[in-house]
Amino acid sequence: MATAPSAISGVYTRTRTVSRRFAVTTDPLDAAAVAASVVTPECGAVTTFIGLVRDHNAGRRVLWLDYEAYEPLARSTFERIGAEAATRWPSAQLAIHHRVGRLEIGEASVVIAAASPHRADAFAACRYAIERVKQIAPVWKHEHFEGGDVWIEGATANPDDEAAQQLAFRRCT
Amino acid sequence: MHVTVRLFARLRELAGVSELRQELPDGASAKTAWESLVRTWPALAEYEPAISCAVNEEYARFTTPLKHGDEVAFLPPVSGG
Repeated sequence: MATAPSAISGVYTRTRTVSRRFAVTTDPLDAAAVAASVVTPECGAVTTFIGLVRDHNAGRRVLWLDYEAYEPLARSTFERIGAEAATRWPSAQLAIHHRVGRLEIGEASVVIAAASPHRADAFAACRYAIERVKQIAPVWKHEHFEGGDVWIEGATANPDDEAAQQLAFRRCT
Repeated sequence: MHVTVRLFARLRELAGVSELRQELPDGASAKTAWESLVRTWPALAEYEPAISCAVNEEYARFTTPLKHGDEVAFLPPVSGG
Protein backbone atom coordinates (compact mmCIF):
# COMPACT_ATOMS: atom_id res chain seq x y z
CA MET A 1 0.00 0.00 0.00
CA ALA A 2 1.12 3.53 -0.63
CA THR A 3 2.52 5.43 2.29
CA ALA A 4 0.24 8.08 3.70
CA PRO A 5 0.30 11.38 1.88
CA SER A 6 -0.89 13.99 4.29
CA ALA A 7 -3.92 15.17 2.33
CA ILE A 8 -6.02 15.11 5.48
CA SER A 9 -3.66 17.53 7.14
CA GLY A 10 -3.67 19.89 4.20
CA VAL A 11 -1.25 18.76 1.49
CA TYR A 12 -3.54 17.89 -1.37
CA THR A 13 -2.77 15.71 -4.30
CA ARG A 14 -4.72 15.24 -7.48
CA THR A 15 -2.86 12.07 -8.35
CA ARG A 16 -5.47 9.40 -7.82
CA THR A 17 -4.41 6.35 -9.71
CA VAL A 18 -6.84 3.48 -9.83
CA SER A 19 -4.23 1.09 -8.51
CA ARG A 20 -3.80 3.16 -5.38
CA ARG A 21 -7.51 3.61 -4.78
CA PHE A 22 -8.45 -0.05 -5.19
CA ALA A 23 -6.18 -2.60 -3.61
CA VAL A 24 -5.82 -6.05 -2.10
CA THR A 25 -2.91 -6.37 0.28
CA THR A 26 -1.42 -8.55 3.00
CA ASP A 27 -0.16 -5.43 4.75
CA PRO A 28 -1.99 -3.80 7.67
CA LEU A 29 -4.47 -1.21 6.39
CA ASP A 30 -3.97 2.50 7.01
CA ALA A 31 -7.35 4.22 7.02
CA ALA A 32 -5.85 7.71 6.97
CA ALA A 33 -3.84 6.89 3.85
CA VAL A 34 -6.88 5.41 2.11
CA ALA A 35 -8.90 8.51 2.99
CA ALA A 36 -6.10 10.75 1.75
CA SER A 37 -6.13 9.00 -1.61
CA VAL A 38 -9.60 10.36 -2.42
CA VAL A 39 -9.45 13.84 -0.96
CA THR A 40 -9.08 16.86 -3.25
CA PRO A 41 -9.44 20.58 -2.54
CA GLU A 42 -13.11 20.62 -3.55
CA CYS A 43 -14.00 17.99 -0.95
CA GLY A 44 -15.89 19.11 2.12
CA ALA A 45 -16.18 15.62 3.57
CA VAL A 46 -14.48 12.28 3.59
CA THR A 47 -16.06 9.29 5.28
CA THR A 48 -14.23 6.09 6.12
CA PHE A 49 -15.60 2.67 6.86
CA ILE A 50 -13.30 0.25 8.66
CA GLY A 51 -14.35 -3.38 8.87
CA LEU A 52 -12.86 -5.13 11.91
CA VAL A 53 -12.30 -8.73 12.92
CA ARG A 54 -14.59 -9.30 15.89
CA ASP A 55 -14.25 -11.91 18.59
CA HIS A 56 -17.59 -13.64 18.11
CA ASN A 57 -19.81 -14.86 15.30
CA ALA A 58 -22.99 -16.95 15.32
CA GLY A 59 -22.46 -17.89 18.97
CA ARG A 60 -18.84 -18.93 18.43
CA ARG A 61 -15.76 -17.43 20.06
CA VAL A 62 -13.66 -16.36 17.10
CA LEU A 63 -9.87 -16.73 17.42
CA TRP A 64 -8.73 -15.28 14.09
CA LEU A 65 -9.77 -15.03 10.42
CA ASP A 66 -7.89 -16.02 7.30
CA TYR A 67 -8.96 -13.97 4.29
CA GLU A 68 -8.48 -15.20 0.75
CA ALA A 69 -9.15 -13.31 -2.49
CA TYR A 70 -9.01 -13.81 -6.21
CA GLU A 71 -6.84 -10.75 -6.33
CA PRO A 72 -7.05 -9.43 -9.91
CA LEU A 73 -10.81 -9.95 -9.99
CA ALA A 74 -11.18 -8.41 -6.54
CA ARG A 75 -9.32 -5.28 -7.65
CA SER A 76 -11.36 -4.95 -10.83
CA THR A 77 -14.55 -5.55 -8.84
CA PHE A 78 -13.60 -2.72 -6.49
CA GLU A 79 -13.10 -0.52 -9.57
CA ARG A 80 -16.50 -1.61 -10.81
CA ILE A 81 -18.07 -0.65 -7.48
CA GLY A 82 -16.41 2.75 -7.79
CA ALA A 83 -17.90 3.17 -11.25
CA GLU A 84 -21.35 2.08 -10.04
CA ALA A 85 -21.22 4.60 -7.20
CA ALA A 86 -20.20 7.32 -9.67
CA THR A 87 -23.45 6.84 -11.57
CA ARG A 88 -25.48 7.68 -8.44
CA TRP A 89 -23.10 10.10 -6.70
CA PRO A 90 -20.99 11.65 -9.47
CA SER A 91 -19.18 13.99 -7.13
CA ALA A 92 -18.01 11.23 -4.79
CA GLN A 93 -14.63 9.51 -5.13
CA LEU A 94 -14.16 6.05 -3.65
CA ALA A 95 -11.23 3.99 -2.48
CA ILE A 96 -11.47 0.38 -1.34
CA HIS A 97 -8.60 -1.54 0.24
CA HIS A 98 -9.09 -5.13 1.43
CA ARG A 99 -6.60 -7.08 3.44
CA VAL A 100 -5.94 -10.81 3.00
CA GLY A 101 -4.09 -13.40 5.05
CA ARG A 102 -4.36 -14.07 8.76
CA LEU A 103 -6.00 -11.27 10.72
CA GLU A 104 -6.24 -11.12 14.48
CA ILE A 105 -9.17 -9.87 16.53
CA GLY A 106 -9.48 -6.10 16.25
CA GLU A 107 -7.51 -5.78 13.02
CA ALA A 108 -8.98 -3.99 10.01
CA SER A 109 -10.03 -6.28 7.16
CA VAL A 110 -11.36 -3.58 4.85
CA VAL A 111 -11.10 0.18 4.59
CA ILE A 112 -13.41 2.19 2.35
CA ALA A 113 -13.14 5.93 1.92
CA ALA A 114 -15.53 8.22 0.08
CA ALA A 115 -14.85 11.90 -0.45
CA SER A 116 -17.26 14.46 -1.80
CA PRO A 117 -18.00 18.20 -1.71
CA HIS A 118 -20.85 17.46 0.73
CA ARG A 119 -21.23 14.91 3.50
CA ALA A 120 -24.44 13.26 2.33
CA ASP A 121 -22.88 11.89 -0.84
CA ALA A 122 -19.76 10.78 1.01
CA PHE A 123 -21.77 8.83 3.59
CA ALA A 124 -24.02 7.30 0.94
CA ALA A 125 -21.24 6.24 -1.44
CA CYS A 126 -19.25 4.72 1.43
CA ARG A 127 -22.25 2.68 2.61
CA TYR A 128 -23.00 1.59 -0.94
CA ALA A 129 -19.44 0.39 -1.42
CA ILE A 130 -19.37 -1.89 1.63
CA GLU A 131 -22.76 -3.35 0.69
CA ARG A 132 -21.46 -4.15 -2.80
CA VAL A 133 -18.16 -5.53 -1.49
CA LYS A 134 -20.18 -8.02 0.52
CA GLN A 135 -22.32 -8.90 -2.49
CA ILE A 136 -19.82 -9.26 -5.32
CA ALA A 137 -16.15 -9.04 -4.26
CA PRO A 138 -14.35 -12.39 -4.68
CA VAL A 139 -13.07 -12.47 -1.10
CA TRP A 140 -13.64 -15.20 1.48
CA LYS A 141 -13.17 -15.42 5.22
CA HIS A 142 -12.09 -18.65 6.88
CA GLU A 143 -13.16 -18.39 10.48
CA HIS A 144 -11.08 -20.11 13.13
CA PHE A 145 -13.06 -20.41 16.34
CA GLU A 146 -12.79 -22.26 19.62
CA GLY A 147 -13.39 -25.86 18.61
CA GLY A 148 -13.05 -25.69 14.85
CA ASP A 149 -13.01 -23.68 11.65
CA VAL A 150 -15.50 -22.84 8.93
CA TRP A 151 -15.56 -21.01 5.61
CA ILE A 152 -18.08 -18.20 5.80
CA GLU A 153 -20.24 -18.18 2.69
CA GLY A 154 -22.56 -15.27 2.00
CA ALA A 155 -23.86 -14.12 -1.35
CA THR A 156 -23.45 -15.83 -4.69
CA ALA A 157 -21.47 -13.19 -6.55
CA ASN A 158 -23.32 -11.88 -9.58
CA PRO A 159 -22.45 -8.31 -10.54
CA ASP A 160 -25.29 -8.25 -13.08
CA ASP A 161 -27.98 -9.02 -10.47
CA GLU A 162 -29.89 -5.74 -10.60
CA ALA A 163 -32.10 -6.63 -7.64
CA ALA A 164 -29.03 -6.97 -5.44
CA GLN A 165 -27.67 -3.67 -6.69
CA GLN A 166 -30.98 -1.94 -6.02
CA LEU A 167 -30.96 -3.38 -2.50
CA ALA A 168 -27.51 -1.88 -1.98
CA PHE A 169 -28.74 1.51 -3.24
CA ARG A 170 -31.77 1.39 -0.92
CA ARG A 171 -29.53 0.82 2.09
CA CYS A 172 -27.83 4.14 1.42
CA THR A 173 -30.83 6.42 1.50
CA MET B 1 -7.66 -27.61 -25.80
CA HIS B 2 -6.19 -26.89 -22.40
CA VAL B 3 -7.44 -24.39 -19.85
CA THR B 4 -6.23 -23.44 -16.40
CA VAL B 5 -8.80 -23.91 -13.66
CA ARG B 6 -8.57 -22.00 -10.39
CA LEU B 7 -10.47 -22.87 -7.24
CA PHE B 8 -10.94 -20.74 -4.15
CA ALA B 9 -11.84 -21.07 -0.49
CA ARG B 10 -13.79 -24.25 0.31
CA LEU B 11 -13.81 -25.39 -3.33
CA ARG B 12 -10.02 -25.33 -3.18
CA GLU B 13 -10.05 -27.33 0.04
CA LEU B 14 -12.53 -29.92 -1.25
CA ALA B 15 -10.43 -30.50 -4.37
CA GLY B 16 -7.11 -30.21 -2.56
CA VAL B 17 -5.68 -28.03 -5.33
CA SER B 18 -5.87 -24.33 -6.08
CA GLU B 19 -4.94 -24.57 -9.73
CA LEU B 20 -4.97 -27.31 -12.35
CA ARG B 21 -4.67 -27.80 -16.06
CA GLN B 22 -7.71 -29.30 -17.68
CA GLU B 23 -8.10 -30.81 -21.13
CA LEU B 24 -11.47 -30.03 -22.69
CA PRO B 25 -13.07 -30.68 -26.07
CA ASP B 26 -13.28 -27.81 -28.54
CA GLY B 27 -16.47 -25.86 -28.00
CA ALA B 28 -16.39 -26.44 -24.25
CA SER B 29 -17.91 -23.83 -21.97
CA ALA B 30 -17.27 -22.91 -18.36
CA LYS B 31 -20.06 -25.34 -17.51
CA THR B 32 -18.19 -28.15 -19.29
CA ALA B 33 -15.15 -27.38 -17.17
CA TRP B 34 -17.24 -27.43 -13.98
CA GLU B 35 -18.86 -30.75 -14.89
CA SER B 36 -15.44 -32.24 -15.47
CA LEU B 37 -14.35 -31.07 -12.04
CA VAL B 38 -17.41 -32.61 -10.40
CA ARG B 39 -16.63 -35.96 -12.05
CA THR B 40 -13.18 -35.83 -10.47
CA TRP B 41 -14.34 -34.45 -7.11
CA PRO B 42 -18.03 -35.33 -6.55
CA ALA B 43 -18.03 -33.37 -3.27
CA LEU B 44 -18.02 -30.18 -5.35
CA ALA B 45 -21.51 -30.95 -6.66
CA GLU B 46 -23.24 -29.44 -3.62
CA TYR B 47 -21.91 -26.04 -4.70
CA GLU B 48 -23.44 -26.08 -8.15
CA PRO B 49 -26.46 -23.87 -7.30
CA ALA B 50 -24.32 -21.30 -5.52
CA ILE B 51 -21.08 -20.81 -7.43
CA SER B 52 -20.00 -18.02 -9.74
CA CYS B 53 -17.41 -18.28 -12.46
CA ALA B 54 -14.87 -15.99 -14.04
CA VAL B 55 -13.01 -16.35 -17.31
CA ASN B 56 -9.66 -14.59 -17.71
CA GLU B 57 -10.19 -12.63 -14.50
CA GLU B 58 -13.64 -11.31 -15.38
CA TYR B 59 -17.02 -12.52 -14.15
CA ALA B 60 -18.60 -14.70 -16.82
CA ARG B 61 -21.65 -16.82 -17.47
CA PHE B 62 -21.45 -20.60 -17.37
CA THR B 63 -22.38 -20.64 -21.05
CA THR B 64 -19.24 -18.66 -21.91
CA PRO B 65 -17.28 -20.61 -24.54
CA LEU B 66 -13.69 -21.32 -23.58
CA LYS B 67 -10.65 -21.24 -25.80
CA HIS B 68 -7.21 -22.75 -25.48
CA GLY B 69 -5.17 -21.07 -22.76
CA ASP B 70 -8.10 -19.50 -20.93
CA GLU B 71 -8.15 -19.26 -17.14
CA VAL B 72 -11.50 -20.25 -15.66
CA ALA B 73 -12.14 -19.71 -11.97
CA PHE B 74 -14.94 -21.10 -9.83
CA LEU B 75 -16.00 -19.05 -6.84
CA PRO B 76 -18.07 -20.18 -3.84
CA PRO B 77 -20.41 -17.63 -2.24
CA VAL B 78 -18.35 -14.65 -1.16
CA SER B 79 -17.80 -13.30 2.36
CA GLY B 80 -15.54 -10.28 2.14
CA GLY B 81 -15.74 -7.19 4.26
